[in-house]
Amino acid sequence: MNTLEQTTDEILNLAATHFKVPREQLSPGDDFFKKLGINSLQALDLLTRIEQHFRIELPDYELQGVTDFRTLAERIQSRL
Amino acid sequence: MKSFRGKTLSWTTADGTVELALHREPCNEIGSATLTELEFFAAALETLKKDAQSVIICSTRSEGFCAGADLRELYQRSQPLPVEKRVPELRGFLERIHRVMNTLDAAPFTTIAAVHGVVFGGGFELALICDLIVADKMARFCFPELRLGLIPGFGGIPRLKRDLGNAVVRDLLLTGRSINAAKAQSVGLVSQIAAEGDALRVARATAAQANKFDRDTAVAAKRFLKPIPHEELRQEIDIFCELFSRPAVEAGLRKFVESTDALPYLP
Repeated sequence: MNTLEQTTDEILNLAATHFKVPREQLSPGDDFFKKLGINSLQALDLLTRIEQHFRIELPDYELQGVTDFRTLAERIQSRL
Repeated sequence: MKSFRGKTLSWTTADGTVELALHREPCNEIGSATLTELEFFAAALETLKKDAQSVIICSTRSEGFCAGADLRELYQRSQPLPVEKRVPELRGFLERIHRVMNTLDAAPFTTIAAVHGVVFGGGFELALICDLIVADKMARFCFPELRLGLIPGFGGIPRLKRDLGNAVVRDLLLTGRSINAAKAQSVGLVSQIAAEGDALRVARATAAQANKFDRDTAVAAKRFLKPIPHEELRQEIDIFCELFSRPAVEAGLRKFVESTDALPYLP
């Protein structure tokens, strides 16, 4: 099973690739809405990609109030 | 009429298949203009039968298939009316959309929803009237109505109950969460998953296969496979109207209408 650091790293890689942001500009504590410049529709897109990548189900209500990559990774970790 | 281009949707006919494409900004919200054109489409089905055996419903909007009912219009139409006239006005709208949905649900065609992106609320209900749902792998399905103090009003609960098991029906309705295409396929909602941007191509291939069969046999099978749950659909209208008259719903709709978010129905 992934460590929290590995999961966070995979999310950062996935976000950088899909939203075309240089990976080195992304950090675990970043607000992904601000850093990626995404709206709620794109956040939903990110959620789908995360579910596919980690092969998990992540109900969107578990992400209410989650804005940074590290907390997102913790939510994913609890479903792995 | 083999082809039509309206304000909210268009259709064309080729190779035995009618393609009904939704194209209203921002994401095909269903209001009175869409309803009128869907009624026009439903009325044209008898003529379209001569040239086609399948219908594909799809969207040209990049945001998705359909974000549901046009709640802004619903709110703005009801507000100027005296309180006692709001529910009768709403009931009239719901009865019209139910008639269209029931006609399309039972239409003597093999019907395929080719969906991508947002498939929410009334958009989900539109997909549910189709015999088959082909989903882009990035599609998401959701019934967010309970967040506004309402239930789905375009036939969603009876059709979901007709097609799926209790666990997923209750999960979708009572949590208002969205599910992805893979989950939707695993619970029996989606027939086939397509690569990103490929749902329409897969739907066309599916329609071409369905078109090989005798129409009368396909229609007989369809009648047997998916009876219209008329009694529950009538109950749904009653419950929706009852809930709509509560002040909490008006407040929820006002908040929604006043939101500056382009897509405020998202979680």
